[in-house]
Amino acid sequence: MTTQTPSKPAREPGPFTQAVTRFGQGLIDIVSTLGGIITMGLDVFRWSVRRPFRLVNLFAQLDFVGVGSIFIVSLTGTFTGMVFALQTSTAFQLFDAESLVGPTVALTLTRELAAVFSALMVTMRAGSAMCTELGTMRVTEQVDALETMAVNPVQYLLVPRVLAGLFMVPALTMLFNTMGMGGAYVVAVGGLGISPGTFLSRTQQWLAPEDIFQGLLKGAVFGLSVSLICCFKGFNASGGAKGVGQATTEAMVASALSIFILDFILGILFF
Amino acid sequence: MSPPASNAPASGTPMIQVVDLHKTFGDHKVLTGINLTVPAGSTCVILGGSGSGKTVLMKHMIGLLKPDRGQVIIDGEDIVPMGVESLQKVRNKFGMVFQAAALFDSMTVFENVAFPLREHTKDPEDVIRQKVRARLDLMGLKRDVEDRFPADLSGGMRKRVGLARAIVMDPKVVLYDEPTTGLDPITTDYVDEMILAAQKELGVTSVVISHDISSAFNVADQIAFLSKGVIVASGSPEQLREADHPAVKVFLETWFGKN
Repeated sequence: MTTQTPSKPAREPGPFTQAVTRFGQGLIDIVSTLGGIITMGLDVFRWSVRRPFRLVNLFAQLDFVGVGSIFIVSLTGTFTGMVFALQTSTAFQLFDAESLVGPTVALTLTRELAAVFSALMVTMRAGSAMCTELGTMRVTEQVDALETMAVNPVQYLLVPRVLAGLFMVPALTMLFNTMGMGGAYVVAVGGLGISPGTFLSRTQQWLAPEDIFQGLLKGAVFGLSVSLICCFKGFNASGGAKGVGQATTEAMVASALSIFILDFILGILFF
Repeated sequence: MSPPASNAPASGTPMIQVVDLHKTFGDHKVLTGINLTVPAGSTCVILGGSGSGKTVLMKHMIGLLKPDRGQVIIDGEDIVPMGVESLQKVRNKFGMVFQAAALFDSMTVFENVAFPLREHTKDPEDVIRQKVRARLDLMGLKRDVEDRFPADLSGGMRKRVGLARAIVMDPKVVLYDEPTTGLDPITTDYVDEMILAAQKELGVTSVVISHDISSAFNVADQIAFLSKGVIVASGSPEQLREADHPAVKVFLETWFGKN
């Protein structure tokens, strides 16, 4: 008679091993997503210079991303400028330097805040819609339908959206600058009693065209990054409505993070 | 009953030939050596249970998936090694009807059906209108449907619009992905008639993937039974009823009964 000894159960990995595994898996996911986004970006570039140029689709996206965001960006810009003028004036009053309110607001807006806030607004308003729309098209096989009809989905769907992000975020950044300075002017001149001449001449004295270009360049980089991330997440969504929701959440988080990380990197490069 | 590897009927030039097709996703072998020939102008139904690899096989036929090994020959051309641009030319020979129709929900019915014409032809708008209306008429859809959005249509109507869109470019091949899934018996009959009408009126080669036995026997000239990634039986509907493969027998018994 033979007896069977029960086989040893597989040992549970310890908490340290589990933590390392999770960290490693997370890292692999990030690298793989980043690789996917870069590959898709190259694909978008390749298809953007090939015929047929889909101008109708491009203008529709320019309208949606740019024109559609005018109100929210104007509102955000105005209030940001107003609040910033109010707060800086409190600090500058301490050493009698209220005349610096204008240039301080101008430099902060043009170099940093306008591009960052405009990109965040576009992410929330247009990026989420891009991701959801593409995700829904993917899970309902509309993307496959395009392919079976010999229409390249990268060219038809992604190129107009990515180009709209690239062109429209800098334009909205400029709008943000203008509205922000307008808001700051109203508060500084109308509320705090700084003379209009001082506000404008000091701003002109300190603000250089490079500051504005720096902000616009940042806007273009953020616009490209946000639109690529949102398109990538939506285009690769799977798992029905839940999958689309998850893709949109991931796209929002990744887009916001990318704006701040890229802002820091560009800040170092421009400093 | 012909063996799976040489199932081409004696007559008819082959429109689609699948030769020794293999496809694996991760560790999961989905297709393990598919051989299938569909003669021009015929209707071939690929029958099989859920998860048997039917949709994967169909996606290979239109180049949406690349196999690990094997050939997919469409109208004499092997599409497996083709790049994106060559594939787009081959796809112009196809029309595809998706399981849930896959109509563009941002477009009206008219715009959906007109889409391939606007993309691939230089037809003036009045010619496009004429062609779209002819296809919608063939599918029994009335004029008032033209301006409605897909969300406002019933399941059966969406399928019909999907087929109208698939055939508007006069393709040589129409692929149907589970065309009767989720439809009531009357609408199922209507969809079957629609498939037969498309074949009769336009002379297209049709490939239908389905697990609906009744529908398969209604429309097929040839049925190929797919099980565990391989075609285990193939032939005319009558030949398939005589098949002695256990998977086919069990599957058909659910409809025809044990006798």
